[in-house]
Formats: sequence, structure tokens, C-alpha cells
Amino acid sequence: MTVVATRPVIEVRSLRKTYGLGDTEVHALAGVDLVVEKGDYIAIMGASGSGKSTLMNIIGCLDVPTTGQYLLDGVDTRRLDERRQALVRNRKIGFIFQSFNLIARTTALANVELPMAYAGVKAADRRSRAQAALERVGLGERLDHIPSQLSGGQQQRVAVARAIVTNPVLLLADEPTGALDSKSTADILDLFDDLSRAGRTLCVITHEDEVAARAKRVIRLRDGQIVMDERVAGIHQPPPGVAR
Amino acid sequence: MSRFAEAARFAVRGVLGNKMRSALTTLGILIGVAAVIILVSVGTGSSAAVSEQISSLGSNTLTVSSSQGGGGGRGGGGGFPGMGGGSVDSGSQTRLAELTVDDAGALLDDELAPDVKAVAPTVSASSVTATYTGASHDVSSFTGTTPSYLAINDWTVSAGSAFVDADYTDRERVALVGVTVAEELAGGDGSDLLDETVQFNGVEYSVIGILSSKGTSGNQDQDDVVIAPLTAVQDTLTGYGSVDAITVQATSAETVDAAQAEIEDILNSRHKTTSDDADFSVSNASSFLEAATSTTDTLTVLLGAVAAISLLVGGIGVMNIMLVTVTERTREIGIRKAIGAQKFDIVSQFLVEAVLLSVFGGLMGVLIGVVGSQFTIVGVEPVIEPYSVVLAFGVSVLIGLFFGLYPANRAASLRPIDALRYE
Repeated sequence: MTVVATRPVIEVRSLRKTYGLGDTEVHALAGVDLVVEKGDYIAIMGASGSGKSTLMNIIGCLDVPTTGQYLLDGVDTRRLDERRQALVRNRKIGFIFQSFNLIARTTALANVELPMAYAGVKAADRRSRAQAALERVGLGERLDHIPSQLSGGQQQRVAVARAIVTNPVLLLADEPTGALDSKSTADILDLFDDLSRAGRTLCVITHEDEVAARAKRVIRLRDGQIVMDERVAGIHQPPPGVAR
Repeated sequence: MSRFAEAARFAVRGVLGNKMRSALTTLGILIGVAAVIILVSVGTGSSAAVSEQISSLGSNTLTVSSSQGGGGGRGGGGGFPGMGGGSVDSGSQTRLAELTVDDAGALLDDELAPDVKAVAPTVSASSVTATYTGASHDVSSFTGTTPSYLAINDWTVSAGSAFVDADYTDRERVALVGVTVAEELAGGDGSDLLDETVQFNGVEYSVIGILSSKGTSGNQDQDDVVIAPLTAVQDTLTGYGSVDAITVQATSAETVDAAQAEIEDILNSRHKTTSDDADFSVSNASSFLEAATSTTDTLTVLLGAVAAISLLVGGIGVMNIMLVTVTERTREIGIRKAIGAQKFDIVSQFLVEAVLLSVFGGLMGVLIGVVGSQFTIVGVEPVIEPYSVVLAFGVSVLIGLFFGLYPANRAASLRPIDALRYE
């Protein structure tokens, strides 16, 4: 594990996001600087209203900052039109949401195939890759189950499979364990450790200390600014959870 | 184009995902398309029936009829035998209110009326009852005329023979009967009636021929007829005097108008009238046809318009359901966009879904419309117009496109963060 990082996955400079105008102006982000190198596993913490969701939306290319710069894997996201934003989301980011966000009445396999369908991957190729991703998250036996036939933990694992299947540069998880019981939470966090050890870059947004404790680096937001940035383990070391 | 194929697959899944709703939406289009096809077929069918009825009169025949109801005594003045025979101009200073056999004869004039090929004066005896060995039958049409009438009106004799000029001049009491009359009186196929004596209102006529069947036209039995020499009918049933009408055959369908003008000239000069105060009227089949066709065309347009409105309503139903679907699946749209779906992908998906609903409705509508047009509806045999099938189906597809476009665009322009936040 002595890979030399060429360029950061996330490079954020004086990022501001303002909602409303005049007296009702709200600064959701008030000048955030953040650099995340390839292979890192960071947790972004903060109470609700701290601006972490706004940061996550901007990092995920779902929203654009009011001012400031955001380079994702070297791509300046402010210059992207809607079509290219979608393309960046599809190619570079794997999303994992709190409420899983799988497509209802659609099999696990089809859900995992979906990002590749939008990327224009051929059907046969798509199928074998989706199958491999589902096996990777331990759901090789449940390819044809629809979300309502799966437990919360299993659904979130399908979501993880969907996020990793396109080999994105960044896995972005928004409160990934917020809707899970402790057993499923442990499963998902173990899965994240696995992915981190395999060299993936993870960015987890959470308000749970238990989740943040598994990251190599913890960042705390308050009132739209970073108030704490603590490194727990080196970028190329295994995440702290593995050592236990 | 594989992206489109994917979108189409998602659309099919969307349609099948809510079968009940899809079926009901489809039903709206189905009813619209089927209504257009059936109603236009009914309109076309009734117009075809009318024009068939009218063209059976013959496209090159004209009918001259007296335009004054009732009028002078039947007994006065006699229509004497022979075309252009004895004069009946009793009181030639006053206007002749009625048509006579001589009027008919005067129309056969190579110089004044070169376009007239044949004429036949006719009288109609009303409420004639035929009796034969105990059987009786009310004849719906009893016509006294000249032999040329048969040729003008396309009557042929299937058994026996037609009456000839000699029968006319000799005032022979002979009759040609239609198949219906023959069957009613003699039973069986009616052929037993040939050469028998039948009483019409008590007057004996001998049946010398049975007319070939013409079938029914509309709800009128064309075979419930008796045709006899004009002279004999006047002798026995109608009395002497005027004729009810003169049937004229033009040399061809193209010369009908010329013939009509010639007839009007001749009769005006004979009756000492002008075209303004003429006491007769000349009508031809094509003028009936025109009037009738324009009426039935209006009917067809009206029926079609009503059906088109129901098709439009069906289209609005599609739009309504698609808007509901988009709202319902806002979250799904957000997910799709978050993981990289382009506007194009979302628009295609929902547009294809709308078009699928309307195309399926259209196909079922065509099927039901075509099947429904096989049945007789309110006495009309519908005639399927291919254009109505193509039009109704095409419009249903367009309706899907048109009414699907707005909901699909709305879906595609949702911002992913808003859509994901939507509960």
C-alpha cells in the first residue's frame, strides 16, 4: 500500500452556500476548505443544521455552491451543465443513502445494473458485473429479490453494491446506518472497512460517533464551518475498525 | 439507441407495475378509438344504403310529376291509347293542371328532345288487394304503365313473358307480379301463379309473368309490386284522366341534365307555363343522391366529431394518470437522476409509458371498433372506412405523445435533490 496519490479526489476551496436573500439569508456553508486524498476514509459529523447535508449535496454533484471551488477528481464541477453533472455522478460517485433508495418492484440485480444501464454498458456485461458486486456484499443468493423482500440491512447492501459496481472514485454515504438496527449497522460498517482496505475512497456523513469511529479521519462541522479535523489512521493504513 | 431501449424497458415495467390503473387509462383511449371507427362506419353505412336505394332508381332516369296535389276530375278527358294519340286538351285555354299520356308521348321527340331515350307514363292504384283461391294480399305498389317502363326501371321477367304494346293498345287485363306477391298468393316460390287469374280489388287479371327479384332496399320490399298495362289499370282501377308520373330515361347518365331541360321546355310549352309557374316538377336520381349524400355526410361528420371528443377525453385521462405517476414516483426519478440518468433517459421513460398506454388502447379500440362494425346497428349495416381506422389509431398515438410530453418533461426537470427529499 504505497500508492502515491496523484491528485486529490475531493478538493474544496472556500466553499459557500447561501439560501435566501437579504434579511432571510442563510449561510449553510460559510467557507469550507477540504482536501480528501485517494484511499482515505473520512467521516463528516455535525448536528442537524450544521451544513453537512449541503456539503454532501455539493460533493455529490447534486447541487452547486454559491461561491468557491470544488474539484472532483480534478474536474471543476462549477463548469458542468446539467447533462455533464449527471455524467459525473454516474462515472465518479457511488451514492449510499440513509433510506437505501432502491427502485421499488425491481430486483436487486436490476437495481445494481441501473447505473450501468445509464452508462450504456452492454446487457451481458452489466449482468455479470452486477452479479459480482452483489456477491461482494454477500447477497449472491438474493439476486432476484425485490426490495420489499429484503431486510433493511440487505437493502443497504444492495445499495452498496449499486454504488461500487461502476468503480467510482468516491463512495459517498449519507447517514448509511441511520435506518438500520445495530447488527445491520455492524455489517455495513464492516463492509465499509473492507472497501477501504481495498483502496476505495469513502466519505461518510453521519451524526453517530460509533460510525465516525471507524473512519481514518473525522471532520466536524458547525454553523457551516469545519471546527475539527482529526486524523485517526494514515491514508494507506487499514481503517481503525480493522485493528480491533 | 440502447439507452432508449432501456428507457422503454423501464416504461413497460411502469405500465405493468400498476395494471388496474393502466387498464382504466387504456379504456379511455379504447372507447374513443372504437367510437370513432364504429360511428364513422355507421355514418358511411347509412349513406351507402341511401345512395344504393337511390341509384337503384337508375342514374339516367328522370321522374316528371305533377306539382299540384289533387286536381281535376279523373273522369274528365281520356287518355287515349297510343303514344301521341288523341288529344286530351279539353279546355286548352286554361292551364292543364295534370300530366297526361300525351305529355308523355310529346317527350319522345327526336328533334326537341334528342337526349330522351324512352318514356313511360305511370298511374298508381292505391290500396289494391289481390285475391287468388282464397289467399289475399295487400299489394304495396300497383303500377299501370307502358311496356317501356320495364326497360327503364330494369325489370325483367323470370317466368312467363312481359306485356307488349299490343297488350297496351288492346287494354288487355294482364299483369306482371313481383315475387313477394306471387309467393303470398300461390305459396311456395310463387311460380304456380303463372297463367292463373288473380283478382285485384275484384277485377280479374291474368298473370302472364313473374318479375325477377330485386330484393329489399332499406326496409322497403321492392318485390311487393304488380305492373300492368296503363290502359287496363285506368279501365279498372284508377279511372281515366291524368297520369301520376312520367318516367323518362335519358340516353345516358351524362345527358340527364340536358334531357331534363328538354322535358321542361316541352312541357312548359304544352302546359302554357314558364319555369316560374310550372305545374310539374322534374327530378332525377342524381339530385336525390346529392341531397341525400350531403345529409348523410353531415351525419357522419357529427358522429365522428362526437367520437373524436371522447378520444380527446381519453387523451386527457392519459395525461392525468401520467401526472399522478410522475408525482408518485418523484423519489424514483430522484434516485435515477442521482445515479446518472440524463434528462433524455427520464423523458423517454415516461413518454414511452404514455405512448404505450395510448397505443395499447388504440390497438384494442381498433379491434373492438372493427368487430363492432360487423353488426347491424340501428338498422344500418356499418361500412368500415379505412381512413377512420388509420386516423383513430394515429390520433391515439399522437395523443399519447402530446399528453405524455408535459408529464415526462416535468419528471425530467425535477432537480435530483428535491426529488430525493420528496416523501
